[in-house]
Amino acid sequence: MTGIAFLLNGTPVRLMGESPTRTLLDWLRETRGLKGTKEGCNEGDCGACTVIVTDGDGPKAVNACILFLPQVHGKAIRTVEGLAGPQGEMHPVQQTMVDHHGSQCGFCTPGFVMSMAAAHATGRRDHDDVLAGNLCRCTGYAPILRAAEAAATLPVPDWMAEDLPFFSDQISQGGSAQQTGGSAPPLLPRSSDELAAACLAHPEATLIAGATDVGLWITKQLRNLSPVIFLNSVADLQEIEHQGQSIRIGAGVTVEALRLAMQAPHPSFAELLRRYASVQVRNSATIGGNIANGSPIGDSPPALIALDARLHLRRGDDRREMPLEAFFLDYRKQDRRPGEFVEAVTIPATAPAFRAYKLSKRFDQDISAVCGGFNITVAEGRIAAARIAFGGMAGIPKRAAGAEAALLGQPWTEATIRAAMTAMAEDFQPLADMRASAGYRMRTAQNMLLRYFHDLAGQTVSVLEVAP
Amino acid sequence: MTTGKPLPHDSAPLHVTGQARYLDDIPLPADTLHLAFGLAGIACGEIAAMDLTPVRSAPGVVAVITAEDLTRRLGGVPDCSPSIGDEPLLTSGRIEFHSRPIFLVVAESHLAARKAARLARIDWREEPALLTIEDALAAGSRFESGPVVWQRGDAEAAISAAPRRLEGEIEVGGQEHFYLEGQIAAALPGDDGGMHILSSTQHPTEVQHKIAHALHLPMSAVRVETRRMGGGFGGKESQGNWLAIACAVAARITGRPCKMRYDRDDDMVVTGKRHDIKLRYRVGFDEEGRVLGIDYTHLLRCGWSQDLSLPVGDRAMLHAENCYWMPNIRIESHRLKTNTASATAYRGFGGPQGIIGAERVMDHIAFALKKDPVEIRRINYYAEMAAPAAAGQTAPDAVQTTPYHMPVEDFIGRAMTDDLLASCDYHGRKAEIAAWNAGSPILKRGIAFTPVKFGISFTLTWLNQAGALVHVYQDGSIHLNHGGTEMGQGLNQKVAQVVAEVFGVETGQIRITPTDTGKVPNTSATAASSGSDLNGMASQAAAVTIRDRMAALLAEKHQVAIEEVRFADGLVTVGGEEYPFEQVAAWAYQARISLSSTGFYATPKITWDRMRGRGRAFYYFAYGVAVTEVVLDTLTGENRILRADILHDTGNSLNPALDIGQIEGAYVQGAGWLTTEELVWDDKGRLATHAPSTYKIPACSDRPREFNVRLWNRPNPEAAVGKSKAVGEPPFNLGISAFLALSHAVEASGDGSIYPDLRAPATAEAVLDAVRRVRRDV
Repeated sequence: MTGIAFLLNGTPVRLMGESPTRTLLDWLRETRGLKGTKEGCNEGDCGACTVIVTDGDGPKAVNACILFLPQVHGKAIRTVEGLAGPQGEMHPVQQTMVDHHGSQCGFCTPGFVMSMAAAHATGRRDHDDVLAGNLCRCTGYAPILRAAEAAATLPVPDWMAEDLPFFSDQISQGGSAQQTGGSAPPLLPRSSDELAAACLAHPEATLIAGATDVGLWITKQLRNLSPVIFLNSVADLQEIEHQGQSIRIGAGVTVEALRLAMQAPHPSFAELLRRYASVQVRNSATIGGNIANGSPIGDSPPALIALDARLHLRRGDDRREMPLEAFFLDYRKQDRRPGEFVEAVTIPATAPAFRAYKLSKRFDQDISAVCGGFNITVAEGRIAAARIAFGGMAGIPKRAAGAEAALLGQPWTEATIRAAMTAMAEDFQPLADMRASAGYRMRTAQNMLLRYFHDLAGQTVSVLEVAP
Repeated sequence: MTTGKPLPHDSAPLHVTGQARYLDDIPLPADTLHLAFGLAGIACGEIAAMDLTPVRSAPGVVAVITAEDLTRRLGGVPDCSPSIGDEPLLTSGRIEFHSRPIFLVVAESHLAARKAARLARIDWREEPALLTIEDALAAGSRFESGPVVWQRGDAEAAISAAPRRLEGEIEVGGQEHFYLEGQIAAALPGDDGGMHILSSTQHPTEVQHKIAHALHLPMSAVRVETRRMGGGFGGKESQGNWLAIACAVAARITGRPCKMRYDRDDDMVVTGKRHDIKLRYRVGFDEEGRVLGIDYTHLLRCGWSQDLSLPVGDRAMLHAENCYWMPNIRIESHRLKTNTASATAYRGFGGPQGIIGAERVMDHIAFALKKDPVEIRRINYYAEMAAPAAAGQTAPDAVQTTPYHMPVEDFIGRAMTDDLLASCDYHGRKAEIAAWNAGSPILKRGIAFTPVKFGISFTLTWLNQAGALVHVYQDGSIHLNHGGTEMGQGLNQKVAQVVAEVFGVETGQIRITPTDTGKVPNTSATAASSGSDLNGMASQAAAVTIRDRMAALLAEKHQVAIEEVRFADGLVTVGGEEYPFEQVAAWAYQARISLSSTGFYATPKITWDRMRGRGRAFYYFAYGVAVTEVVLDTLTGENRILRADILHDTGNSLNPALDIGQIEGAYVQGAGWLTTEELVWDDKGRLATHAPSTYKIPACSDRPREFNVRLWNRPNPEAAVGKSKAVGEPPFNLGISAFLALSHAVEASGDGSIYPDLRAPATAEAVLDAVRRVRRDV
C-alpha cells in the first residue's frame, strides 16, 4: 500500500495502513489530536464536523463524520484549527461571529465557521442555504446570520488562497493508493475503464462515491464493508455533456455540481436538488449514488423519471441503457448485475413544463415524505403526454400510471386534474412511518398534481415564495 | 458600569477557533477505558435468558459489567434517580422501557465498546407495554396515589352559572433536547479511593452525591468538575447521572480511568425528553370573554421512572393561568407512568405545557365570541403593577392573586402589550392579512399575539441557594468560581461582569474557572433560569467581602470612612488619591489581609406548600410578549414563520447581547417544539425519531424571515442581582405565538365556523388535518 496523501491545514500528510473506511473525523480527533472539529450526530445531519476540502473545483464544505480517508486523497483539508491566519489573526467569519454573539454553547460553532468560510471564499451570499446543514440549538440562528452578512463585506484573507497551489504542487492527483493484499481491487481507480475492470474482477466490492449514505453503514450500523472501491478519482464519470437534445450526466457528478448545471435548463430540478440536502451533503453525494442506491425516498429518481431520463450501465466493456424507471425492480432491488455500475444518466435538454415538489417535515436537510416529478405536455388544449413519478409512495420510485392514463387526451382543466387525482388513489399504497402517515402521503401526492396545475398557471404555490 | 454592557460571551474567541474544550476534547490518561451500554430490545417485560459471551470475547473488551456484578462488587446496583431511587443503573431482569441499559461494556476504545454492546444474545419475556397517556390512564399507572388537585374559588359553580361555556382538548408532543454535545462523563480514580469526575452536567453536586452513594464514599471523596457543556436545556440536569455513575463504578472495578459518551442515537433513545401532555379544559365566560370559572385537566406522560416529573407537573399547574386573573379555577394533574424513556427537565420545566393551555383557552374563547384574541387576553389580564403611590393617595385595590394564592404585584403585561402591538402594527397587518387571504385560495397567512408570565425560583425551596469563591491575587488578578454551570447561556460572563463591577475593574481581569464541587459545595442545578440570580448574588457577596477588607485598609490609612473608598475604572480612589487596583491588592497582601472569600445567597421571601398548592412559589415573575406571522399551504400543510416581533422583560439587563441571544434562541426552540419537532414511537415502544435525520429541530431557514427582538429594560422591583430578571426559560413560551398564528391561518382556510383544533407539534401533516377539518373535508 502506497498510502493516502493530502494537505492538512497547509501541511502535507501521508498515511499508510489506515482502514479505507476510517472517517476523516475519527482520524482528525483520535489520531491527529485536532479536537476542534466536533462529532454531533455522526451521520451528516448536524454539521458540527464541517471541514473545508479543496480540490480542482475550489473550496467546499463537507461533513468529516461520513467522509472516508481515501475520499480526500490528493485534496487539501482545512479544519477550524487552520482557519485563523499565520499570526493567529481571526478569519473574518470568526471575528464577526464574536462581534455578533454568534456562539452560545459553542459546540456547533466550529462547523458553522467552516461553512461560513467556504462560502466566504467563493463569494456566496445565500446564507440560509449555505448554513442549512449546520444545526444550532442555542441561538435561533439570527446572530449567526448577522455575522455571515457582516463577514460578506470583508475580503477573503490571503492565507485562504494557499490550499489550491499547495495541493497541486505537492500531491499528484489520485492513483497511487491501493488496498492491502495482492488480490484486493484498486482503492481509487482513476478512469471508468479502470473502474470497469475492477468491478468485473471484484463484483463483491462495495462502491463508494460520496459516502453520504454508505458512511452511515459504518458509523451507525458498524458494518465491515471490505473490499471497497472509491469512485472519487474516476475523473471521466464527473462530466456533464450537452449532446444536442439531451444532457448526459456522469454518475460521479456531485449533486451540487448538478444543481448548478440545472439552473438554466431545468430550474425546478435545480431547486429540488437544493432541497435534496445541505451544502455539505450535496458537495459529497453523487447523482449516480442516489440512483444506484435504490432508495425509495431518494430525491433525484422521481424527477429524472418524470424527465424521461435514460440510465447507462456498464459491466466490463458491455454497456446497456434503459428508461430509469425500469432500473427499480422492487424494494432495494435494482436491475444491476454483479460487476456492473451506473455510468451516466441522460435527460432531455429542455422540458419547460417539468416541475418537481418535495414534501418533508423540515424544508432543509430532510428526507422526503413525498417527492413528486411532473411533466405534462399540452397540445391544442389537450394533454398529449404525461409523466408523473413519485418517491416515498411505494417501495421504489414509481410512476403514477393510473393518473397519467386519466390525463391523456383530456382537456387541460381543473376538472381533468381532479379526475386524475382520484385515479391516483389506485396507483399507490404508501406506507406510514415517522415521516408521514399513509393517508397524508396519498393526499399530498394527489394535491401536488393540483399544485402543478396552479403552478403552470403562474400562481404562487409555495410558502417559500411568500415574503413577510 | 460593567453590568449592562453587551460584552461577548467569555468563551466566544475559543468557540470560533475550535479551542474551547468540551469533555470529549480533554486529553485523558493513555490507559483510559471506554464504556457503552447494552440496551433492551423490548419496552416491557423480563430478560428470559442472556448470553454475554460474544460481548466478552469481542475485540478490545476489557470487562462486561452486569447488575449481578455490581451487587457482588459494590453491594448493590447504584441508583441514578434524582428523586426517589427508582432508576437502577443496570437491570436485574426487569425491562421498563425500550433501550433501557442492561449491561455495561468496558473496552479499549469507544468504537470497540459500541460494537461489542450489540453482540449480546438475549431472550425476552415480553409483556404488553403502556406506551400512551390513554394506556396509562386505563391501567391506572401513575406516580403518586392519584391526581394532584389545586383549586381556588368554586370553578364548577362558576362554569355552570356562566353565560357562555366551552370545552376542548389539546395534545402537545414532547421534545428532544438535542444539545449538540451528547451526554458524556469521565472518572479518574484517585490514589486514596476517591474519584475525580468530569461530567457534562447542569448539576455537579447531584453527580457527586449519586457517585458517593454508589461507591459508599463520603461526598468529600468525590470531586466533580464541569468546564462547559455543549448545550443542556434541562437535558443534563439528571440524565448525565447515568454516564457519570457508570464511569465511576467501572473505574472502581477496573482501577483505570473510564470515559463514556452516548453516540447520538443512544442519547436520543435512552435519555428523557420534555413531557408530552394532553390538556383538557372546561371554561365558563361572559359575553366579553371574561373567564369566570375554569377547570383544567393535565395528563402528563412521565415515562418509566419518576425523575423530576412531580415538580414538572407542579410547574405546569403553577403556569396554568399564565397572565390571566382566574378567580375560580380547578387544576387536576395526572402524572402517568408509561413504558417509555423517563420524561425529564426541559427548558420551562412544565411551565410551557401549562401556559399553552391558558393561551389555547384565550384563543378558543375569542373564536367563540368572534373577537380579536388580543381583546380577550386584555380583559383577562392581571391588574397592572401599581405605580408607587404618592403621599396622601389611597392604596390601590387589593392585589389579585394566582390560583396558588400568590399576589401578582409586578404585572406589566398591559404596558408591554400596548408597546408591542403598536411597534409591529398588529392591527394593520391583521387587516392586510385578511385581505390577502381573501385573494389567495391555496396559501393562507395568520398572525397571533401571546404573552408570558413566568415564575422565577425553584419550587423546591431549599434549592434557592448558591455559593461562590473569589480570590484576589497579590498582582490584582481575580479568580472567580461559583456553583453555576456554563452551557452556553453566558452565565460565567454575566457573573464576571457582576464581580468586575464590585471591584471596579474590566471583566477581562476576572478569571472564570470550571465549576468544581471541591471549590463550592452543595450547589443547586443550574436550572429554573436561576443561574445568574443565584450565583450572581453569591459571587457579588464574596467580592464585596474582599473589597470591603481592601477598603478598610485604605480607609484606616487615610482616616476616612470605608464608604469613601471607591473602586472604579481599575482604580481605587480615597481621600483625593488614586491607586491602581493591583497596588491596593499588593498592599492588602503585605498587610496580611485575606484576599479570598466565599459568598452565599439564599433567595428571600419565598414560601411554598406544594401539598396544599399555596404560597409565594416565586420570588418574582418575568414577562414577555410576542407577535408571530406565518403562511401555510392548504394543499400540503407546509408552513413558514414569516415574521416575529418580541418584547421581553429582562429587568435591568446584566448583558443585553446575551439576553437577546437567549430570547432569540428560546423563541426558535419554542417554535420548533410546536411545529417540526415530532417524536414518533412505534407500537413496540421504539423511538423511531432517534437521530437528526428523522427528528427535525429548526434549521437556519426556519427562523423567522424577519425577527425583531427588543428588551423591556426596566428594573426588577425585587432586589435581584443588578435589578435584572432571569431570562433562560421565559421567552421559550413565546414560541406559542407561532403555533396560534398557524391556527389562525388554518381558521382562514375555512369559513370560520369550525375551530381548527390544531394539535402540537403542528407538522405539515397536523396542519393539513386541521385545514381539512375546517373545510369539512374529513
